[in-house]
Amino acid sequence: MSFSLTLDFTLRQGEFSVEIHETVEGRAVALYGPSGAGKTTVLEAVAGLRRPERGRIAVGESTLFGSEGGVNVPARQRRMGYIRQEVALFPHMNVHRNVTYGAHGAPPEALDRVLAVLDLKPLIERRVDQLSGGEQKRTAIARALMAGPQMLLLDEPLSALDVAMHQRVLQYLVRVRDEFQIPMLYVSHRADEVRALADWVVRLDAGRVMAAGIPDKILDRA
Amino acid sequence: MTPDLWSIAAFTFTMAAAATLLMLPPGIALAWVFARRQFPGRTALETLVLLPLVIPPVATGLILLRLFGRRGIFGRVLESAGVEIIFTWKAVILAMVVMGLPLLVRAARSAFEQVDRRYEQIAATLGAGPFRIFFTVTFPLARRGVLAGALLAFSRALGEFGATILVAGSIPGSTRTIAAGIYRYTEIGNDAAANSLMLVSIMIAFGALWFSNRLAQS
Repeated sequence: MSFSLTLDFTLRQGEFSVEIHETVEGRAVALYGPSGAGKTTVLEAVAGLRRPERGRIAVGESTLFGSEGGVNVPARQRRMGYIRQEVALFPHMNVHRNVTYGAHGAPPEALDRVLAVLDLKPLIERRVDQLSGGEQKRTAIARALMAGPQMLLLDEPLSALDVAMHQRVLQYLVRVRDEFQIPMLYVSHRADEVRALADWVVRLDAGRVMAAGIPDKILDRA
Repeated sequence: MTPDLWSIAAFTFTMAAAATLLMLPPGIALAWVFARRQFPGRTALETLVLLPLVIPPVATGLILLRLFGRRGIFGRVLESAGVEIIFTWKAVILAMVVMGLPLLVRAARSAFEQVDRRYEQIAATLGAGPFRIFFTVTFPLARRGVLAGALLAFSRALGEFGATILVAGSIPGSTRTIAAGIYRYTEIGNDAAANSLMLVSIMIAFGALWFSNRLAQS
């Protein structure tokens, strides 16, 4: 499923500021750039965890933040499946309770499908501190999916994984993209990840958009 | 231990337990507000809540007497509703709540501050509102610290003397607590009774503090 995301805002964090004026379309859009480029800040603004000074954030025609109209939809109403770099699974809940935390009224078959796609069924009763890094990432993805998001926001979800695990989880992300058809906004500083997942790339540096386009065009130039 | 002394110990334990239960809802709410919210007057409110920790307990007792006595702001209202506080068991609980609350609030505040906000943010993105986030994420992750604070407050309530003696007195069979009993028996030279109460209070407080420390360290 293709989507349109309007990112037209200014957000300050002390000395650093993010200024972005971009409308992106695609199935999976990557925010690509070095550390400190402002990628996570953009993702947090879309998730509703940071409030821009001014501007507009919208999915299609639906405004999530608009300084002119005084619109600021709370994070809990934005339906953004946010997967952080450090997965932040609830440590006092097992895998099942984590995965179903946001699943209000989701039918049992929805859970079965998510668990099947991410191969989580054998782990469902495990405590989260008994999971490997890759299993934790998959659990976080499942948790976000079960909340019925209109978009998945992935903040370097493959960081801190060894090479083998990195490739395995990347394949899971490709499966999620293809199976669930939920638009993705994906933050990464790695070209191989972006190539595997994204069909549109926004290259950021120092809080500004340097270039935007299809992966081959942007990554070859970077 | 005579039946009278057991009765004093049981009364004190019951009053301290009741006071601890009563201070939990406001104490937890205040601790969360101090840990998570910024608003004008926050420091002043926090100082006011913590004040009984640093002023003499008898001064706290005197303030309570002025507020809840027959001519006090709250005392008059309560009296017109037929509720008498001063020199009753209710005054014992009141003094214990006021003296124990700061310890609960301090410990619970610290426990809430240690809960990583990322968990709360993730819960929000999963559709949870503030109450659900508090009861399913923040409080469960802070519960050991909150319980440790409650035990600390219970221990403080158990040994409360200065404020209690002013607002509740030391009426045998009615408002006499372990601390007031020790004072009274020492005053009249009944060392055996005073020593027995002292040992009981040490045992209960030691158990509560030991458990509180175990929770705080785990």
